[in-house]
Amino acid sequence: MSHEHVLVVFPHPDDEAFGVSGTIAMNTEKGVPVTYVCLTLGEMGRNMGNPPFATRESLPKIRKKELQAAADTLNIQDLRMWGLRDKTVEFEDPKTLTARIGNVIDELKPTLIITFYPGYSVHPDHEATGRAVIRAVEQLPEDRRPTVHCVAFSNDCYEMLGEPDVVKDVSSVSHQKLEAIKAHRSQTEWIIAAMAEENPEKVPEVLKRINKEQFWTYKF
Amino acid sequence: MQPITLDTVQNEIDKFLNQDVYLHLETTNGAYASHFNQSFFSVGAYIRNAKVKIERGIITGDKAPYRAGLKIELGWVYAEGLTHWEVNEDGQLLLAGHDAEGKLAVALQLSPHPFE
Repeated sequence: MSHEHVLVVFPHPDDEAFGVSGTIAMNTEKGVPVTYVCLTLGEMGRNMGNPPFATRESLPKIRKKELQAAADTLNIQDLRMWGLRDKTVEFEDPKTLTARIGNVIDELKPTLIITFYPGYSVHPDHEATGRAVIRAVEQLPEDRRPTVHCVAFSNDCYEMLGEPDVVKDVSSVSHQKLEAIKAHRSQTEWIIAAMAEENPEKVPEVLKRINKEQFWTYKF
Repeated sequence: MQPITLDTVQNEIDKFLNQDVYLHLETTNGAYASHFNQSFFSVGAYIRNAKVKIERGIITGDKAPYRAGLKIELGWVYAEGLTHWEVNEDGQLLLAGHDAEGKLAVALQLSPHPFE
């Protein structure tokens, strides 16, 4: 098993929380190293709280700590924050970004990469991140390309991509997953509040699906 | 951050007059507005670290949310919907407009040195 390595590439500190943290925890639990490259600190997030607990200037500092706490919960040993700015990923030079991701792939030789599915991931930062990862993998010779599992959630993703081909039951690590979600408190406070109410009618959809994670394998 | 009181915030704005200051101005309705409601026309804009010199700066309004106008050498800076303010540990004046859910919709910030 020692040759396995998972590389997760997302632009925002909580992008892994709902859809991928269970998969991450299941990998680290069986000793597979996970590297998480997070491109920005979500500097432009909108949730400041009522009464406010954050400002535009303090939010990145808060989210950086939350990201580290979530990574610790999931036993991620290699967390890399790249210091790009939220909402600007699509305006960076695509060649530079692709090369930077390519360097990480060369260094780690991951067997699996998890990122967003370009075209089906809604936020422009998600799209730009997914595109850069796919370009970086495309530049490798076919026999050296790792498997790429993509997260998609655009309104048309099922129509266009069909059903996800990878569906994982992550209930064995649901406690860790919940802790990771809670670690991103500035972003997930409303979920935590809904959980505390213990009113089944108010449980958000994302929590009803918490034990299931799904991916589309990218076809090159 | 605290709810805006006009006299206090006006006093803070006055400290930034007639010198080089760095400006962050932003409006946003969130990156997911059109995802959740496809008929929603999503807009947003921000400028970070514009260097300006303010000749006259006023915050006004009968009640919250308030408006601010800054007359600068060659033009104006304007924001409406402002509800909260703070001077942080870096000496930056942060004005923001938060909706009922505590989500930031507008920000107007002044700093004596560039924002990080």
